[in-house]
Amino acid sequence: MPLRFELVTPARLVRSEEVHMVVVPGAEGEFGVLEGHAPFLSALKDGPLRVYRTAGSTPETLEIRGGIAEVGDSGLTVLAEDVEEQTAAG
Amino acid sequence: MASLKELKNRINSVKSTQKITKAKQMVAAAKLRRAQAAAEAARPYGQRLSAVMASLAGKVTGDGAPLLLRGTGSDQRHLLVVVNTDKGLCGALNANIVKAAKVKARELLAQGKDVSFFLVGKKGRAPIRRDHADAVARQFDTSEVRNPGFAEARAIADELLTMFAEGRFDVAHLVFPVFKSALSQDPVVQQLIPVAASQGEAGAAGSGVVDYEPGEEEILADLLPRFVRTQVFAALLELAASEQGASMTAMDNATRNAGDLINRLTIQYNRSRQAAITTELVEIIAGAEAL
Repeated sequence: MPLRFELVTPARLVRSEEVHMVVVPGAEGEFGVLEGHAPFLSALKDGPLRVYRTAGSTPETLEIRGGIAEVGDSGLTVLAEDVEEQTAAG
Repeated sequence: MASLKELKNRINSVKSTQKITKAKQMVAAAKLRRAQAAAEAARPYGQRLSAVMASLAGKVTGDGAPLLLRGTGSDQRHLLVVVNTDKGLCGALNANIVKAAKVKARELLAQGKDVSFFLVGKKGRAPIRRDHADAVARQFDTSEVRNPGFAEARAIADELLTMFAEGRFDVAHLVFPVFKSALSQDPVVQQLIPVAASQGEAGAAGSGVVDYEPGEEEILADLLPRFVRTQVFAALLELAASEQGASMTAMDNATRNAGDLINRLTIQYNRSRQAAITTELVEIIAGAEAL
């Protein structure tokens, strides 16, 4: 089952897609979000956000600064103030 | 009656004015599309943030709530953050914004409150100084950047938050134009600080039991400044779109006026030219008859 993932900055909607898993740099440690994750709200620290499109694929890394992540019924929403796109590997 | 040469000069000068207004109109039309796209692109962030805010604000209430949410407890000192443009040539836009700010200020003063101003953009300075010379607390300059972006919004919001933390005001209102169409941009007054969280179960995670990390209050404390920043940013974007829209309309009118004026002047020019020819002929004929 894919996970609905949205990455939003004040300037634009960076990503809105179905992915396998996202690893988020939470304020109290990194956590991975898969489909069916319990409702969860976390502050984020500056760091890499890794997006796994399919199980076992090479992750795409996005450098994010300042934000929060919200996991709800509708999937994962990451609100970041600034996003730097790294080389899209995978 | 102006001489032929004067009329000719006049027509030429109106023509070059028309060229300028026409150019400005086209520039504004092109920029408007971009500004509108930027304003639309920024909307999802604001919406999601308010949704999270709303679901969170309902949970953290009472004394535990951060200062930004519950306010200082008094509403004596008001700060009006007035967002104006840096450039003119945009019709009555700035005048309308200033008017809205002044109406709000008068209303607050009538209630016996203290009012001060935080001005963003050049064009609001002079008219607000005229009425409230001592009340201008700070002017923020955005004239050096071409398109005020999130960096400027952050700088403005951080300054406001510092002022709030220092206890220099109790309530802040944001005065900015809302872009409706190229023809209408209505200035609105919005409460900025303390944050007015819209209640309701707008949050996507509002339904079930939600885990918070680190904690509800910490997240809220982190979120509130972000929310203020986003609001300032949204205001800047609305302003940018409004400026271009108003400019386009104003310049369209100016171009049309110039066209009318040229037509009138051309008719006048032709009439006086013919009158001059007629007079000359009459003189020649009269001279010939006298011989």
